[in-house]
Amino acid sequence: MTSIAEHLDPTGVALPTETMIINIGPVHPAMHGTVRILAALDGERIVDADVQPGYLHRGFEKECENVTWAQVFPFTDRLNYVSPILNNVGYAMAVEKLLGLKVPERAEYIRVVAGELARVGDHLTCLAAMGMELGAMTVFLYCIRARDRIYDRLEELTGARVTHAYCRIGGVKEDTPEGWAERVLGDFDEIRGALDDVERLLLKNRIFMDRTQGVGVVSREDAISWGWTGPCGRASGVDYDVRKDHPYGVYGRLDFDVPVMDTGDCYARFYVRLVEMHQSLRIIDQALAQMQPGPVLCEEHRVVLPPKREVYNTIEGMIRHFKLIVDGIRVPAGEAYAFIEGGNGELGFYVVSDGTGLPVKVRCRPPCFIIISHMGNMIRGHSVADIVPIFGSLNMIGGECDR
Amino acid sequence: MSKAALEAIKKKFSSELLSEHAQHGDETLVVKKEKLVQIAEFSRDDAELAFDVLVDLTVVDYLIEGRTPRFEVVLHLRSTSKKHRLRLKVPLEEGAPKVPSVVGVWKSATWMEREAYDMYGVVFEGHPDLRRILLYPEFEGHPLRKDYPMARRQPLYRRPERQGDVWEQKHILSGPAAGDHFKGTYDLDR
Repeated sequence: MTSIAEHLDPTGVALPTETMIINIGPVHPAMHGTVRILAALDGERIVDADVQPGYLHRGFEKECENVTWAQVFPFTDRLNYVSPILNNVGYAMAVEKLLGLKVPERAEYIRVVAGELARVGDHLTCLAAMGMELGAMTVFLYCIRARDRIYDRLEELTGARVTHAYCRIGGVKEDTPEGWAERVLGDFDEIRGALDDVERLLLKNRIFMDRTQGVGVVSREDAISWGWTGPCGRASGVDYDVRKDHPYGVYGRLDFDVPVMDTGDCYARFYVRLVEMHQSLRIIDQALAQMQPGPVLCEEHRVVLPPKREVYNTIEGMIRHFKLIVDGIRVPAGEAYAFIEGGNGELGFYVVSDGTGLPVKVRCRPPCFIIISHMGNMIRGHSVADIVPIFGSLNMIGGECDR
Repeated sequence: MSKAALEAIKKKFSSELLSEHAQHGDETLVVKKEKLVQIAEFSRDDAELAFDVLVDLTVVDYLIEGRTPRFEVVLHLRSTSKKHRLRLKVPLEEGAPKVPSVVGVWKSATWMEREAYDMYGVVFEGHPDLRRILLYPEFEGHPLRKDYPMARRQPLYRRPERQGDVWEQKHILSGPAAGDHFKGTYDLDR
């Protein structure tokens, strides 16, 4: 009698298999972002994958080329819609660079405080979604509750919860409301409490560790070659933070640390974001203490709208207002690239002007588009279930990735 | 960026250099497209330049300004160790704009060049998988060109004659899995 094994596999190596193509997304409950992954599977192992973004493409650049420089702000809000203030600041800095404009100090501080609040909100969202996708619903609720406090403060400051359009070329829209700084500091306890809860719930959690440690590892060389910046880059050992390496605004006067890890896995990306939030709170604390009263918008007449008192009572004010609204700000011809540390990494704006009121080009350098470009290689060799923590830890924001 | 390092690259590729400026502090070199890959490799591997990161790659269309050549490919480089930056610009003629791909030098160019191709129709020669990325394969034209009308609408439908891109041909259209199972999933696409 012959053994069964001989009939099944004459070479004695393996059973013949076929690769199978499955389509994941563009809408999938474990994907906070509309992206489609076509995966070629061998059993449960991914042998090849094609990541296809673009489902949220709105023609950001085309829109920008058909409006005045100041009208671009609402579009930038919708890039990374989890931290819109940072996009506002990045774009404003690019135009200010072209104009050679100096922003009042108080406006710089407000930008820092609001920007860091937005960063905390961004990281909280990433942690919340990543936790939820791995089954930790409690983490999601704790993080979102803390984020809501940030949204409340930003609403008081800007008038809108999500799409703020708060920055202006040459400053910010208006000063902080009465007692705002105290309320921001008063929220720190709740935010820090949520962060500590998340830490206790997940960082030593066996299930979470098994699903994230050693999963989706990116080496330092790969991270550099693929242009990774931000928390994902720092989790892979790329010690680069725009706030430290090219200090803009008033970051040079603030004391903070940049967490860097070298394991490069999903756990490291989660942990770096967690630590960064504590640093952001430190920055806010110092910035609020250093902030002095003063103007929040520069007094350059070619750029800033006149006060309403002048618009309604003087013909000069009326004309100036009209010209700035209809013709737009005249930005000198030239090109400039300004970059800040966004929620996901280096957020750059490359602007080109020909001297008229409309931009020739407003290019957003989207950090997460560039991070996601490596994802197809990261999930290769992993199982289907590993897509969830890998994708979650990269924090793809559809609005920014697809523009 | 140190003067010596900038002089080194200018001297080595003096025949390729068209112009330079440092407007608003952004050091910029405008170079011819023929030796772009060599320039890229030199700027990455030279110890003084060490531009190991391609920060951004995009295209600008100067149709309305009437500038010739019409297109300009813009590369932003950054050095992790030296902490300095450089902008490289490559002018491209109208018609069928082509430029050598820098994917072999910086991997991050993979998607950026696909996006530039998608939006401006600039062909990156040597790119392993140059196809549309943000728009769908059936899209006609390149929307960020200045002569693409802002208000134009393109209804989304599938063409039966569509051949499929590189990935689909490799895995789907010619692979062993092109069976009934696959048809079911593929029809869900877009």
